[in-house]
Amino acid sequence: MQKLDAEALFQTLVEQMRPHVTPDTALVGIHTGGVWLAERLHRTLGLKQPPGSIDVSFYRDDFASKGLHPQPKRTDIPFDVEGAHVIIVDDVLYTGRTTRAAINELFDFGRPSHVDLAVLVDRGGRELPIAARYCALTLPQPLPASQSLQLETDAAGTFTLRLIDA
Amino acid sequence: MHNPQLNKHGELQHLLTIDGLPRDVISAILDTAAPFTEVAEREVKKLPLLRGKSIFNLFFENSTRTRTTFEIAAKRLSADVVNLNVSTSSTAKGESLLDTVDNLCAMQADMFVVRHAASGAPFLIAQHLLATGRDHIHVVNAGDGRHAHPTQGLLDMYTIRHYKRDFTNLTVAIVGDVLHSRVARSQIAALTTLGVPEVRVIGPKTLLPTEVERMGVRVFHDIREGLKGVDVVMMLRLQNERMNGALLPTPQEYYKVWGLTAEKLALAKPDAIVMHPGPMNRGVEIDSSVADGAQAVILPQVTFGIAVRMAVMSMLAGQQGSNK
Repeated sequence: MQKLDAEALFQTLVEQMRPHVTPDTALVGIHTGGVWLAERLHRTLGLKQPPGSIDVSFYRDDFASKGLHPQPKRTDIPFDVEGAHVIIVDDVLYTGRTTRAAINELFDFGRPSHVDLAVLVDRGGRELPIAARYCALTLPQPLPASQSLQLETDAAGTFTLRLIDA
Repeated sequence: MHNPQLNKHGELQHLLTIDGLPRDVISAILDTAAPFTEVAEREVKKLPLLRGKSIFNLFFENSTRTRTTFEIAAKRLSADVVNLNVSTSSTAKGESLLDTVDNLCAMQADMFVVRHAASGAPFLIAQHLLATGRDHIHVVNAGDGRHAHPTQGLLDMYTIRHYKRDFTNLTVAIVGDVLHSRVARSQIAALTTLGVPEVRVIGPKTLLPTEVERMGVRVFHDIREGLKGVDVVMMLRLQNERMNGALLPTPQEYYKVWGLTAEKLALAKPDAIVMHPGPMNRGVEIDSSVADGAQAVILPQVTFGIAVRMAVMSMLAGQQGSNK
């Protein structure tokens, strides 16, 4: 696989989203990579609504087989979801199950007018009918299930993408 | 000895008592409870975690707050909840405890929340489930006799952590009728496990168990002496219904000596918090001006209790796949 330049991908994503957002567009990042991404997109795109964050631990569909995630984070939606244009932000799109859980959770806060999905990388391997409206890179070949791709950030806030072999 | 509360992976299988529960398990429950507190602020106050699970509230002894908070907690997790007020049903007709349990298991119960006047009743049910190969069914002790009330102890720890952040520099006083209090036993076990350096027990000799020092606490028979410089005051309810014979003078006498008044509370640290497990006897163990005062966190305790019970129930139900 080619080396992924997370910073360049971030700029690509910003340019894809810019024509379609208004100051009232609200971002919701999925823990943990999506939250970092949403915070930076929020600043770069100059949005008015504070970004929200979602931990989907309580909405996962594998709770019965895997149990509760050991340290669930707080879901925080600091804007009124009712009637809002919401963009769910995640670093990597894989099976689509996390996105499904995030949409379900979002709707428990109100009825948004539109929901879009923005991701840095689509790694393939979808198990649900979910597609990202904004996606900086779709990998030409799906990653094997034994590998995981993660967004990381350093003290200066610079993004890197790390490929991990399980 | 094997701890009957933990499965072979060291995960919580039942919650029966805080005594013997490892510190990391207690901390994990408190950490898990934190995000559940936020659910109350949503448009839809419900999470789908326990959808399709049946939880039976088996209350062999009356309770309003505990039963209601367990019920709300289970419902916010989308479980189906059945409340059995057993003191007015089958057992009154002579059915044994384990027969009642077997019948509810035949109705596909996934969890029992048990309150019983006899110490050890939830243990008996857990053992029975294990012995009959039904270890996918979980038991939560909601108060047994004088023995334990673990979710109350845990919600008290959550409350202390919320206001004081760190356990390792605190002085905590437990005041009142320790002898009859399962709450006090759970509190002492939790506080010492979490590393609180000084736990004080304050009360008249007749209302303190004889072996109480062995639980790792300092004993005071003078409330003014005992409250000096404490960070947390945990009041206990004077348990009129558990009193046999003349352990006490009149409630008025008790109030004069042991009741928490503003004047006595002033001996604690200025930022000390006042807790009470409820129901309160105003004008007996606590003065109204303190119960309704700025230092009281008695109502937040109730709210945190829902989140803590949600955490316990979802951790128990979430073990089902991983121990197979």
